[in-house]
Parts: sequence; C-alpha cells; structure tokens
Amino acid sequence: MTTDVDLTTAVSQQFPSASPRASLDCPAFNILAAEVPAVLQYLRDVQGFDFLTDLTAIDWTAETSPRFTVIWHLYSSGQHRYVRVAADCTSAIEPVMPSVTGLWAGADWHERECYDMFGIIFTGHPDLRRILMWDGYPYFPLRKEFPLAGLPAALPDAEISAETGAGVIAAPMMGGPFVATPGQPMSAAEPRAKDEAWTEHSEKTV
Amino acid sequence: MATDFSFPDAAAKAAALPKEFGPEKMSLSMGPSHPSTHGVLRIQFELDGETVTKADPVIGYLHRGDEKIAENMTYNQFVPYTDRLDYISPLANNMAYAIAVERLATLEVPARCQAIRVLTAEMARVSSHLMGLGAFGIDVGAWTVFMYCFEEREKLYKLFEELTGARFTTSYSRIGGLARDVPEGWIQRVDAFTDQFLPILDEVLALLSRNKIFLDRTVGVGIISRADAIAYGLSGPNLRGSGVANDLRKDRPYSGYEQYAFEVPVGAKGDCYDRYLCRGEEMKQSIGIIRQIVKNFPRGDWYAPDARKIFAPPKEKILTSMEELINNFMIVTEGPQMPVGEVYFEAENPKGALGFYIVSKGGGVPYRMKIRSPSFCNLSILPKLCVGNLVSDVVAILGSLDFVMGECDR
Repeated sequence: MTTDVDLTTAVSQQFPSASPRASLDCPAFNILAAEVPAVLQYLRDVQGFDFLTDLTAIDWTAETSPRFTVIWHLYSSGQHRYVRVAADCTSAIEPVMPSVTGLWAGADWHERECYDMFGIIFTGHPDLRRILMWDGYPYFPLRKEFPLAGLPAALPDAEISAETGAGVIAAPMMGGPFVATPGQPMSAAEPRAKDEAWTEHSEKTV
Repeated sequence: MATDFSFPDAAAKAAALPKEFGPEKMSLSMGPSHPSTHGVLRIQFELDGETVTKADPVIGYLHRGDEKIAENMTYNQFVPYTDRLDYISPLANNMAYAIAVERLATLEVPARCQAIRVLTAEMARVSSHLMGLGAFGIDVGAWTVFMYCFEEREKLYKLFEELTGARFTTSYSRIGGLARDVPEGWIQRVDAFTDQFLPILDEVLALLSRNKIFLDRTVGVGIISRADAIAYGLSGPNLRGSGVANDLRKDRPYSGYEQYAFEVPVGAKGDCYDRYLCRGEEMKQSIGIIRQIVKNFPRGDWYAPDARKIFAPPKEKILTSMEELINNFMIVTEGPQMPVGEVYFEAENPKGALGFYIVSKGGGVPYRMKIRSPSFCNLSILPKLCVGNLVSDVVAILGSLDFVMGECDR
C-alpha cells in the first residue's frame, strides 16, 4: 500500500501536468481535461482505485474563468481510501469533458446527471440525455445564475400544455425560510426580501 | 375410418415460419405509480413475450433540487432536508451530514454524542431493513412478513418519536452535537426492544429463508457479478450480496465504530436471495452493536462544548449571559462559520454509502454540496440487470435492491 505522499509523487511523475489540489481530507489532483481518461485509468489499474463513487461539477459563476470544474471521487476497496480528481472545462459556453463510461459502467448515470444539471457535454458518452429533469427542459438548474425559485418553463407534454394552459412556474418565496446568499447581507435572506407580490411601492415583476 | 389424433405443434410451427413473421417486440411502461416500484420509479421496457429485452429507467419524479437548496441556506438549515433523502432511515442521514460538516470544521464530538449517533443510526438500519424486507416479501407474495416487520418497525418509531419528537422527519443531529440528550429511561427501553426483537426476527426470517415459493422467486434471479457490482459503484447490502466485503463502518470507521465488534455478512452468488440474506444478518449485527452501546453508554457532554460559532450554547446560558446570547443569534442568522476547503465524506447507510461533497468558500453557507446517493448508483445497474429476465422477476429484483426514490432523485 502506498501512502498519500507516495500517491502524489507517483501521479505527478506519471503525469507532469497534474498538480496537487487543496483538500481538507483525501489526496486531490488538478489535471488537464484531455488527460482525464488516462489519469483515471492509471488510478484504477495501477493504484487500485476500483470504485468511481462520485462524479460531479462545480460552477464558479459566469464571471470566473475557467467556469466549470468536474470532480471525480475514486475509492479503493483494497486500501480503504479516496482520491479526488478535478479537471477544468476549457470553454464556459460549451463545456466539454471526456467521458469515462469506458472505465466504469456506473459513470453513465453520473455523467447524465452532470449534463442535466450543468450542461457539461461528456464526449464519448453513449446516451447523453437528461436524467432528473425531463427531455426538452430548457435550463441547467445547478448553474449559479439559475434562481432558487426556478424559472417558468413549458410542461414536457405539449398537448397537455395546449389543452390546459398550464406550465412550470417559479416557486413563491414569500413566507418561506431564511435563504442566505453568500456575500449578501442577512437582510437579503429574510422571507420578506423574497416578496414578489406587487404593491404601490413596487412594480409587478412579471 | 380412424380418427387422426395428432395435434399440430404450434410452437414448432411458429419457429419454422420465415423471419419476417418473427415475434414482435412490445413496449411496456411500469410505474411511476406501481406497487412494486417502491415510490416513483418508472421503467420503460421492451419485451419479447414475457422476457425483457431492453429496460430504460426513468427517474426524477421526486427531484426537489436538494443540492440547489443546500447552496442557498446555512449548514444548520439543511439538516431537515437530509431527513427527506432516504426517508426510511432519516437518523442515519442526519448523522452522515453532521459528520461531513464536522470534517469540514475539523470538529470532534464527545464520546456520548458519537455513541448516541451510532445507536440511532443502527436503529435506523434495523427499521430500514425491516421496511425493505416487508416490501420485498409483498413483492414476491409473502404478506405475513410485511405485517410482522411493520409491527417491529412501529416499536422502533415509538422510540424515535420519544427521542426526537417525530417518527419520520427526525432532524436529530446538529453540526457539533445533537438536538437534545436521550430522555430518562430511553436507553433501557431500547435494551428491552432488542431483547424481544431477536426471537421475532428469527421467526420472520424463518418464514422466508426456506420457503419454497420465496426460494423459487429469488434464488438465481437477478445475479449481479462481482465485477459488475464494482463497475456500477454499488454499495451497501447490494454490493456485499455480490461478495465484496466493503463496509465503511469497518474500512473507514467514523463516529467510534471501531470500538464495536460486528461482522460484515457477504453473499456468494449475488442473486436476490443473497441480498435478502445479507439484510437479515445485518439486522442481527446491528442489534449486537446496539447492545454493546447500551451496555457501556458513555457519560459526559452530548455536544462539542468548545464549538463556539458552530453549536448553539445551552439554553440556560443564552438566557443569563450576554455573550452567549449574541453567539446564539449569530449562529442562527449567519450559520455556523466554516473554513475554506473541500471535504468528501461517505457513511455506511442502510441503503449503501451516502456521501456529501462540500465545497466551502468560508462562512455559513456551502458554495456547492453534492449528495452522492446510494440508491441512484444502485439503480444505475437496472438497464443491464433486467435484460433477459421475466417481467415478474423484475419485481423481485426491484424488491431486492431496496432503493428509495427520495434519495435517488434528491
């Protein structure tokens, strides 16, 4: 069994472009998007990280470049430890990342979820379509610009929409819980700050 | 004249027909509201007669955007949302979430707090497996098991209600402690429950383990190979049923699991019956852990006393000390203050490894929180697992996977 320090040196020897990533627990690496399949295959086959336990992404907001970071968590059932691998998507407009469905069959649903929530396109994925939201949903909900209340959208079934005139509406936030926003004063977290009702003092928003 | 009694063989005749008259594929939608899909799972099948040739699970009917919600509220505010992940075992979710945030804050909780958390998590495991077992029984036609399981589960819920004030949505853990200490005499009542539970559990398992109908429905059905279980990232009894002895309680002990003696049951074949056997044995092991805790129940604090700015001070101090009042106010309004960094923590929940990946930029609100749900990963094997089985066997497979859609869809 190699220690965490050995793992760090081994990975940086094998892949000179990999750099250690700040982490409070397991060893973590930043790697290039193009090297993702190679690094993950090396970790799986040589270092014994046989489980892909988690795959997700982080949106660092539209003002930040690079905007999207994809995160893989691998677990070694032999050594009982985790490793975190991160790679930035080069483009913020059309974020692309190589798929690892060839390495782990379980990556299929994880990548579909990541595409569904962030709009990251995994090249080489056999069947990249939405998984939690319905096909044809126009937004990527976990992007930072997507509001907590949601956005109006059409129902998945056009026939029902036409018949009933119903659609997805934004959730009313008035009277809800405190919803804190990082960087905002706490007064903005109060339920009354989310009031979308119109009075003589404020215009109707829609 | 002799009558001709030879009957034409219809099957042989059909097989001899040219290819263009071959069997037609049928499409069948199962769920989202179907008794054996345990919630709102829908599976779109393509059938060749009774045999599944293609299965496409449709999930997301219970998607509530928990990860988005988590990014928009303080760490303490999110505790009740963890109840609604795996709503069959909320106490275990509460604990997993609290430990994940405590790892971020590098906070250690005292022994009593750890023991209460483990105790409640193991009780949640028993209640979750009882539910899974009862529902599995119904799926394959054993109604009695369900009644027995629910009676025992009800006794556990009585204990949960006494401890937390709620039967299902317990919200019991806090960052750095618990909502309250155990009530007077509660530990003794837990002990009394374990004493009467084991004989009943044996009786329930005896109803199934050698039951001809149950064996016919489960043995050799839905076999998950070891390699497949690893490739699809399965966890919990579904993984161990396939012979992989992974248990985070043993492999990466948290909350003091290393102090307790227990076995990790594994299956040999990876079929529905092995997964059932694993759950049955896990309940016995959980009762063993509960008994060990009850025997040596630690005294002392049930919250981290030095966790200023994270855990709210005791009520009597809030009402008598100005500083503690301000501290409490800041914790409520600004949330517990966390350092900058990233952590990933997985706990061995009844359904499998429940993970929280938290990215913090400091302050009381997570920048990003990913919930790695075991049910999501366990269900991802369905397109492969269902193919080649009969539709009626899919019901047994779903029952044996023991998933919860609240957790799968988040």
